[in-house]
Amino acid sequence: MGVDLDRLSFSIDGTRILRGVSASLPTGTVTGLLGPNGAGKSTLLRLVAGIDKADAGTVSLDGVSVGSLSRREAARRIALLEQNAAPSVELTVLEVALLGRIPHRTKLMGSFSGDEDRAVARDALEAVGALSLADRLWHTLSGGQQQRVQIARAMAQQPSLLLLDEPTNHLDVSAQLSLLGQVRELGVSAIMALHDLNLAAAYCDHILLLDGGLLVASGTPAEVLTPEIIGAVYGVDCFILEHPRGGHPVIVYSAAVSA
Amino acid sequence: MTRGRYLGWLVAASAALVLVCGVAVTIGPAAVSLGQVAGSIGAHLGLLGEPVPVLVDSIVWQLRLPRVLTAALVGAGLALSGAVMQSVTRNPLADPYLLGLSSGASVGAVCVVILGIGFALPAAAFLGALLALMATLSIAKVGGTITPVRAVLAGLAIAQLAGALTSFIIFWAAKGDSYREILNWLLGSVAGATWESVAIAATAVFVVGTGILLSATRLDAFAFGDTSAASLGINVNRTRWALLGSVALLTGAMVAVSGSIGFIGLILPHLVRGVSGPGHRRLLPLVAICGGLFLVIADTLARTVFDPRELPVGIITAFIGVPVFILLIKRRKSHLWA
Repeated sequence: MGVDLDRLSFSIDGTRILRGVSASLPTGTVTGLLGPNGAGKSTLLRLVAGIDKADAGTVSLDGVSVGSLSRREAARRIALLEQNAAPSVELTVLEVALLGRIPHRTKLMGSFSGDEDRAVARDALEAVGALSLADRLWHTLSGGQQQRVQIARAMAQQPSLLLLDEPTNHLDVSAQLSLLGQVRELGVSAIMALHDLNLAAAYCDHILLLDGGLLVASGTPAEVLTPEIIGAVYGVDCFILEHPRGGHPVIVYSAAVSA
Repeated sequence: MTRGRYLGWLVAASAALVLVCGVAVTIGPAAVSLGQVAGSIGAHLGLLGEPVPVLVDSIVWQLRLPRVLTAALVGAGLALSGAVMQSVTRNPLADPYLLGLSSGASVGAVCVVILGIGFALPAAAFLGALLALMATLSIAKVGGTITPVRAVLAGLAIAQLAGALTSFIIFWAAKGDSYREILNWLLGSVAGATWESVAIAATAVFVVGTGILLSATRLDAFAFGDTSAASLGINVNRTRWALLGSVALLTGAMVAVSGSIGFIGLILPHLVRGVSGPGHRRLLPLVAICGGLFLVIADTLARTVFDPRELPVGIITAFIGVPVFILLIKRRKSHLWA
């Protein structure tokens, strides 16, 4: 059970974005999706969410093929946070969290639903420590607060799988650490695309490393984040240390030597 | 805002609409009292009431009431259209007039009215609006995205072209008073409204409006963009085109009875959002009622300010709408779309 990717391939206008990606991720684990820019991380997340359809291969969640679900059914099981999203109108924090209830409303009369939604949205805000912000306007929040509220919106969907596309982008160090700590505490299966290898090493149970649309490594942070693999994929020299407290790998880069 | 306060606004706006419609019918060259208006309407609906002189009755029932009701319905339809367009395109400047739909619908309508080509009037206006919408969006689309500013520029081009086409067709056909005819289509007017106009506008507002109201939740889902809407379970492309198609239909019907009246669809949603908040189940009903209220007042001004001459009502809506448009461009909240 959990998430199973079976030989996923996807192309846009004849360009192969993903080629035969297979992986198996157990329920309740946090998976880091790594790879250089253009490796196919965002595309893979969209396929897993069922927003784009794979050319070949399948995604299944707890044994159910995501491709066979309607958009609404998929949205009740999988929530996706895209990069740098901002609303086109002024919304309060509570209104943003309430958006997460949309897939749970009945189709026709869904426009007229009630107080249970409000309670779920408040619980979701509380879970990410943002309940005190409920009445603030979204655009007055800091970047870290906005991401927390986005996660609350996703949790209000009550998903069994949470997908995050570079959730730590533009956040300062303390906001990065507390956000990823938050994701772990939610206890829901999560896959997140990350750029920072050290954050991935510290907060993920499992790493998928993509390069040019191919899955080049999969395993625990210690198995994947080795000088050889990082050198081959990113073209940088590095040393791996052991974190004095957590025991997870710490990547220390050597300064690039100009040719 | 609490549910109670919102309902208070809704009831107050509805009551104001009924009252303003009633008062608007009393205003004009021949003096009519509110009691006579009620009496005439009561008599036609088969209710008991004070008998009303035949002359007064025909002024109320044949001339002024259809015009006032048409104005109320057209205002409601245009305000709804603007609200839906702003949400679905995530563009605070979206409006059937600015993006060229109204002008496109005018071309379709003029083809039927002036040239007498086939089609029913609302169907032709709908086709014109739909073509203009597709043209605007495809011109504005560069590299898969449409920015608000590009959409407005593309709409400007389409509106100019459609305006020129409308004028050209009217001149070419050259029946009667071409200039007056052109002004009425390009600037909009409900001066010629009949009960048939009321029927066309009412059918469109109530049928299409109901469909739009039932899509309120889906409209909310677009707040953070397409990917976010999709991840909330919305079938993005199907929903967007269904809603934009509904807007074209609604705008087409409005233009068929009144020409292209500007700025209602642009400014009303912004003003009403300040009261109702951005959620569509509250925004849509209130914006429709306030749109109706706005256009009834504007039309009453249009026919009384220079009495006995009449202005096309679009001049009044532009005088009010353009300053608001400028405020929207200048204000600090432009972080939402710049």
